[in-house]
Amino acid sequence: MSEVKFSKEHEWITLEGDVATIGITKHATEMLGDIVFAELPEKGSNVEKDGTAGVVESTKAASDVYTPVSGEVVDTNQAIVDDPSKINEDPEGSAWFFKLKMKDQSEMDSLMNKEEYDKFAKESAS
Amino acid sequence: MEIKKTSLNQLHQIHKAKFVEFAGYEMPIQYSKGIIEEHKFTRTHSGIFDVSHMGQLFIYGDHSLTEELEKIFPLDLKNLKLNSSKYSFLMNEDAGIYDDLIITKIDEGYLIILNAACKDKDFEILSNLLGTKFKMDLDNNRSLIAIQGPKSVEILNSIVNGVDQLNFMTGNWFDSDNQKLFVTRSGYTGEDGFEISISNNKAEKFVLNLMKKGAQLIGLGARDTLRLEAGLCLYGHELDINKTPVEANLKWAISKSRLSNGGFIGSQKIINQMQDGAKQVRVGIKPEGRLIAREKTKIFDDKDAQIGEITSGTFGPSVNGPIAMGYVDKDFSKVDTRILLEVRGKKYPANVCELPFYKKSYVKGVN
Repeated sequence: MSEVKFSKEHEWITLEGDVATIGITKHATEMLGDIVFAELPEKGSNVEKDGTAGVVESTKAASDVYTPVSGEVVDTNQAIVDDPSKINEDPEGSAWFFKLKMKDQSEMDSLMNKEEYDKFAKESAS
Repeated sequence: MEIKKTSLNQLHQIHKAKFVEFAGYEMPIQYSKGIIEEHKFTRTHSGIFDVSHMGQLFIYGDHSLTEELEKIFPLDLKNLKLNSSKYSFLMNEDAGIYDDLIITKIDEGYLIILNAACKDKDFEILSNLLGTKFKMDLDNNRSLIAIQGPKSVEILNSIVNGVDQLNFMTGNWFDSDNQKLFVTRSGYTGEDGFEISISNNKAEKFVLNLMKKGAQLIGLGARDTLRLEAGLCLYGHELDINKTPVEANLKWAISKSRLSNGGFIGSQKIINQMQDGAKQVRVGIKPEGRLIAREKTKIFDDKDAQIGEITSGTFGPSVNGPIAMGYVDKDFSKVDTRILLEVRGKKYPANVCELPFYKKSYVKGVN
């Protein structure tokens, strides 16, 4: 599996072969608070880099989930739809959102690594 | 304008509050545990709420004040017992609501608790209506602390002996730590609880004592989910200048004895609406599934006609599902009427339901 990469919209992404797994970062869940609703893209649909690919709602507000890369949705995590609190519990592990079959793996290049993201998150929070 | 802080601001900071600006005040929306845990703790234990941003208006006077206030509020104040409280409204001539409030008869006159965002305007309106005959004091030297939840009576009584003898919607002065507190058995969470009016310089120590006994600080986020589960209105959401108490389904708060003769501001509109019914009314709404319909969500019938709008919507932690309130055309206001909510461009089914979503009984007949 590839190194974890991060987007400015606070998604994380890993790549295995040409299938990317995408979720939202721990930092994002801390900003959102208790998550109580999750909506995921439909399996078989195509999503475009930086386009919306779902919604999460906390007790406070709704936020769009963006996809950091383009591709066809090949799997979604029904467990987080059934119990959205799982997203707060393990956002960067078992509470992944969706898997994409990527078209253009070079889209990964512009994303941040862990160190860069941590710095970005810290700066954007202050 | 510089943001205002309550006397508990430092305490909020120490307890890692996330702050928001609310009605010009820096207020805690939540602490480190988060809204859901804070909500559940209030329902099962005892939560402390800093509501010091709300207005505490003391108006001093005798029976002539009662007469003047009856020209303003739709209440039977002449028969209101000493230390008893009523929920009411400040309205314009069209019965549009300037503010919703709690008025308590005290020895020296009345104490009115006003919404933070409305209090200065309320003061101006009431000053104009009452003239200079009565001393009015919108007291900035006192904090207001609410303690809510099933353990609150035991906790507060261990610090302020005798509060367990108060019935719901009554209050009294109590002595504690060499000062006078005005305590009412009331609140806005659907739980048994109290609101305590206390000098600013004593407030922090008082709250620390409550915390030592096991109560915890709860933010405005949980206060909102708690009041929504309890089916209670929030000014600026369910209530505003374009809504009347009849439309807001708050007819119960209007004294029956005042409806026959009127004589309060907005009475004609209220009497007419009581007879003819209002065009739109506030209802409880339960979305099917887990979908949350927020404020301003449009409500449709099955023929695609818009029939209303959501005024508050969230996830109810004790209900364990989405809940909302909103206004719908009268024909769609019956319980179990199926409606559609437009969220992110799609329409989702929901049902009109009874309020509250969550119910507990308040304490009556203690003495």
